[in-house]
Amino acid sequence: MYEKDGERYFVVDTHMHYWNAAPDNWVEGAEQYAKGWIECFYGYHGLGPENTRWPLEKYQKYSEEDLMRDVFDAGHVDVAIFQPTDLREWYKEGFNTTERDAILFEKYPGKFILNTRWDPREGEDGLKTLRHNVERWGCKGVKLYTAEWRQGSRGWKLTDPEAYRYLEACQELGIKNIHAHKGPTIWPLDKDAFDMSDVDHAATDFPGLNFIVEHSGIPRIDDFCYMATQEPNVYAGLSVVVGALMHARPRFFARCMGELLFWVGEDKMTFGSDYAIWEPRWQVEGFVDWDYPSGAEFDDYPRVTVASKKKILGLNAAKLYDIEVPAECRLAPDQGTPAARDDSVAVTADSPSA
Amino acid sequence: MSENDNAVLAALATVRDPELDEPITRLGFVASCTVSAAGNAQVRLRLPTYFCAPNFAFLMVADAYEAVSAVPGIRHTEIVLDEHFASDAINTGVAAQAGFIRTFDGEAVAELDGLRADFLRKAVMAGTDLVCRPLLAAGATLADLAAMTLSEVPPSPELDRLRRRRAELGLSAGDGDPLLVDPTTGAAVGTDALPLHLRRARATRVGIEANAGICSGVLRVRYDTKGEGQEEEK
Repeated sequence: MYEKDGERYFVVDTHMHYWNAAPDNWVEGAEQYAKGWIECFYGYHGLGPENTRWPLEKYQKYSEEDLMRDVFDAGHVDVAIFQPTDLREWYKEGFNTTERDAILFEKYPGKFILNTRWDPREGEDGLKTLRHNVERWGCKGVKLYTAEWRQGSRGWKLTDPEAYRYLEACQELGIKNIHAHKGPTIWPLDKDAFDMSDVDHAATDFPGLNFIVEHSGIPRIDDFCYMATQEPNVYAGLSVVVGALMHARPRFFARCMGELLFWVGEDKMTFGSDYAIWEPRWQVEGFVDWDYPSGAEFDDYPRVTVASKKKILGLNAAKLYDIEVPAECRLAPDQGTPAARDDSVAVTADSPSA
Repeated sequence: MSENDNAVLAALATVRDPELDEPITRLGFVASCTVSAAGNAQVRLRLPTYFCAPNFAFLMVADAYEAVSAVPGIRHTEIVLDEHFASDAINTGVAAQAGFIRTFDGEAVAELDGLRADFLRKAVMAGTDLVCRPLLAAGATLADLAAMTLSEVPPSPELDRLRRRRAELGLSAGDGDPLLVDPTTGAAVGTDALPLHLRRARATRVGIEANAGICSGVLRVRYDTKGEGQEEEK
């Protein structure tokens, strides 16, 4: 919990990792990809405040103690949600697998929510693993990374028929939250890999599932906003939005937040630090202190209140994941309903102009 | 710097990142650019990450090849993309003028004209915000904007750029053509549809500018040097 100016913020970090990207985990023959991946992350790391940056060696593989301290002791996080990404073609034990995350999930009851992942190209075996993971760990969410390389394939779409089988399995198994994350490759390579129209279709076809679009679609935040305003079950994951912009590019951050608040609304935005890309502490503290800079360009964006920040930092995610919120951190009845689908702005041609 | 070097750098300044709609020189993507006395140009390009999308990377390398090859006095052009997961395929494919489908054999079904057009449409939307925002601030109403032709807008570099992007897309861009058009159909946007159109235009601009901000930040972490033709950041 984070307390500032007499207000108590219940913090759910909806997007974090416990990865091992050290050279001893690189797959022989794929070293350049394993190295390229973590160095790409490290470039993003450099967008955080200088005093929060790590040496590359630590960044490749950090310890359990680092994570517990950075996220919970120093980072103000009450509950953290693991979002696994396997990348087994590049990393021998995988990059940040369900199994690796489960070590901490099991060791620290109540601290973590363990999401799993699936990949439609894994067929029946993958469905079996999904069922097994849900039975074993009670997973309520999945992270889907569509740009993962697998046996010569450079990626997949949520609208692939096999993916629909997995989404149906999610419904059956009680998985409610689908965290969709786009990356730079997909088949065919001539299409825009970051395009989200497959998420849009899946969200329409599976109204019982929540689709949390990670990084709010960055680098397609504009397409995301327009999609999210039309789909009641689409949510904005703020990882990277806060981490990459709030410190490094405060004016762009304010404009991105303004767009998200306008198109998507404060009930459908969830904080995520993307740890260990960035530590949560400066993100949580900075966001609680944040407001638009002065300037006419920000005047017609929706205002942010303490209640807005409480929803975004934790109450919306708590609702999506059925997390019990301490009474002193809840909102008064007149401050709106966290994660309410119907309160989305639903911007249309009839909405007031800019 | 020789005359040839300058001419090649000027040619590279006409090559844009299709996603960010900015010249690759200004973005710092030109790592080096040399021209020998015999007219052999060698250009090294660099990108913010090892995993930048391969289709956009290909377009920049191919466009750079074409722009540099067209410079008078250049006899041989070599464009090398450094430190990217698809560097080898892209460098070889562009040098052989193989096109995207053949370069990524089995992994692509079309050349990149469709992708380029998608992002030109975004550039038109972002440009629409850049041009219209000052007009609205100066008191123009939505009805005024809907009725306005391109020649009625006060001249500005932003307006010139919007007209060029429209022309590239094959949309109307003449003096008497409407200021506000749908970038897909080319049809004029009426007053009723204007609020949503302008909201989308702004969101598009915010997206492109935020991406450019992230890319330049990540590039600076990866390479601690200024690119050829890169300006100091404002």
